[in-house]
Amino acid sequence: MEHRSRFKARGLEVVFLLPTMLILILFLYYPAWQSIILSLFRSNLFLGTRKFIGFENFRNLFSGALAPAYYQSLLQTLIFSVMVIVPGLLISLVLANLSISLGKRGKIYQILLIWPYALSPAVAGTIFSFLFNPEVGAVNTLLGAFSNLQPRWLDNPILAFLLVVTACIWKNLGYNYVFYLAALQNVPRNVYEAADIDGAGVVRSFFKITVPLVGPVTYFLIFTNLSYSFFEAFALIDLLTLGGPMGFLPFDNTGVTTLLIYKIFQDGFGGSSNMGFASAQSVLLMGIIGLITWFQFKFADKNVHYGGE
Amino acid sequence: MLNKKKRIVVNIILIIACLIIAFPILFAFIKATQTPGQVMSPRILPSGYLFENIKFVWTRYNLWGYMLNSFKISLSIMLGKTFLSFFAAFALVFLDFKAKKPVFIFILITLMMPTEMLIVGLFDIISLPSPTSFKDFFSWFIHPSNIFLSPVKFGFGWTDNLLSVIVPFFASATGVFLFRQHFRNIPTSLIDASIIDGAGSFRFIYYVLLPLSRNTIGALFVVQFIYAWNQYLWPRIIIRNSSAQVIQVGLKAIIGNAEGVEWGQVMAGTIISMIPPLIMLFLFQDQFMKGIAVSDDK
Repeated sequence: MEHRSRFKARGLEVVFLLPTMLILILFLYYPAWQSIILSLFRSNLFLGTRKFIGFENFRNLFSGALAPAYYQSLLQTLIFSVMVIVPGLLISLVLANLSISLGKRGKIYQILLIWPYALSPAVAGTIFSFLFNPEVGAVNTLLGAFSNLQPRWLDNPILAFLLVVTACIWKNLGYNYVFYLAALQNVPRNVYEAADIDGAGVVRSFFKITVPLVGPVTYFLIFTNLSYSFFEAFALIDLLTLGGPMGFLPFDNTGVTTLLIYKIFQDGFGGSSNMGFASAQSVLLMGIIGLITWFQFKFADKNVHYGGE
Repeated sequence: MLNKKKRIVVNIILIIACLIIAFPILFAFIKATQTPGQVMSPRILPSGYLFENIKFVWTRYNLWGYMLNSFKISLSIMLGKTFLSFFAAFALVFLDFKAKKPVFIFILITLMMPTEMLIVGLFDIISLPSPTSFKDFFSWFIHPSNIFLSPVKFGFGWTDNLLSVIVPFFASATGVFLFRQHFRNIPTSLIDASIIDGAGSFRFIYYVLLPLSRNTIGALFVVQFIYAWNQYLWPRIIIRNSSAQVIQVGLKAIIGNAEGVEWGQVMAGTIISMIPPLIMLFLFQDQFMKGIAVSDDK
C-alpha cells in the first residue's frame, strides 16, 4: 500500500477524510456510546425521566420476571438465522450454478433471478400479509375453492414462524444470487467438463467443485446474511406478525417471532417505552455482533484463501 | 458444454424456479388490476381496474407524498455516500500521511455497526432539541463528564425532518472499502505517468481516476439507492408525521389506514413502490455485476 502513496498530502487528507470521520463519530460511535450510558439509567421515552440505576437493567434481562422473554427471544433469533441462512444460500448457489452452466443462453435467467435484489422487506411483508391473511388472504381463498382447509397462518406459532422465515429467504434470494453469480463467472467451465469425463455426477461435482470454489463468498455471505436476519427482518415482522403469536411451552413468554431487534423496538418505543431496558438489550446485541466479527476475522485468516494480490 | 438432455432439464428447473420466485409479485400485480369484489374472489385473471386502484392510493393515501420523500432521501444518500467515500478512499490509497491504518480500521469497524442496533442511542441525539444559545451549548460541552458519562442533553432537533433519515447515512464503510479495493488495483504506471506530467491530486482524479471508476460508482449507486429506498426501522421510529414519512413505512400506514383494508389498492401501492429500485438495478446492471465481482475477493 505504501509504495502507491505518491501525491503530496498537504493537508488534503484532512479535507477528504474529515466529513466521513465526523459522520461516523456523531451518528455511529457516539450513539453506540450513548446506548451504553443509557443502559445504566431508568429512562422513559415519553416522560423524559432519567434515573441512574447501575446494572439493574442488565440484571433484569437475566433474572426475574422479564428474563424468560429475553432468553426466548435470543433463542428464537438464533433458530431464525440458521433457518434463513442455510436454505437461502443453498438455493441461490444452486440457481446461480444452473444459470451459469447454460453459458450465454442462460442470460435471460440471470435477469429473472436478480430482480429480487431490489425487493424490500416491507414489500415482502405487505405481499405476504395479503397472501396469507386467514379471512381474505389469497392462499386461503384458493384453498377454499377446492378444499375445506383454512389454516390460520398468522395465529399458529409454527406456521407464523415458518412464514416469516420463508418471506425472509425469498427477499434475500436476489442478494445471494448476485454474489454467487459474480463468483462463478470466474470459474473456468473446463473444470466441470473434466469432472464430467471422469464420471462425476451432477450432485457430486456440485459438492466437490462448486461448493469449495465459492468458499470465500459463502463465508462472506454467511456474515452479511446473519446481519440481515438479525436486523432487516424487522420490517417483515412489523408488517406480518407484530412479534406474535405466543408459542407453546417453553416458547410461551413472548411471541415466537419477537426477534431481538423487534424486542428492542417493543421495549424502547412500544407500550412501556423503557429506553434504558432497550439500551441494555442493544448493548448485549453489540456484544454478540462484536463476538461474531471477532470470530469472523480470526477464523477467516486460517481457513479461507482470498485469491490474488 | 452440457449435452442436450441435461440442457433441457436445467432449463425446466430454472423456469420453475423463476416462476415460484416471481409468483408473489405476479400475484400482487394481478390483484392490483382487479375491482374490490374480484380481489376477494379466487379469480386469478387480470382485470382493468389498475388505474382506479393506483389513483386511490396515490391521492387518498398519500402514496405520492411518501414516494417523493423516499426519492429525496435515496438520491441524497446515494450521491452523498458515493461522493464522500470516493474522497475518503482516495486519501487512504493515494495520499501520504501518518495514522492511515488506524483511520482505515476506524472506518472498517463501522461495517459491523448497523443503525438498527443503535436506534436507542441515536434517537436522543437526533430528536432532542438543539441548544437555544451558544452559551448553553458551551457550558454543557466544556465538561467531558456531560458528554461521556451522562445521557446526552442536546440533539439536532430533527424529528419529522428528512435530514434525520439522510445525514446519518452519508458516511459509508462499504463505499470506502469498495473504492479502496478498486483504487489499489489501478496500475502504478498510470500514477507515475500522471506525476511526471505534473498532475496534482485533483487533475489525477478528474482525468484518470473518475473515468476508471465507472463500474465501482455504478455498483455503489445501485447498492446505496436500494439500501436507502428500502430503509424501514429508523424512519418508522424517528418520523412521526405522515407527511414526512417514507414509502416503506407508508405501506404499513396504507394497510392500517383503511377501514377494512382494500387489498387491491394496497397491492397497487406495493407494485408502484418497487419501480424506482428496479429501474436503478437494471439501469446500472452491468456496472453493478462488475463492481460486485471486484469486491468479493477482499
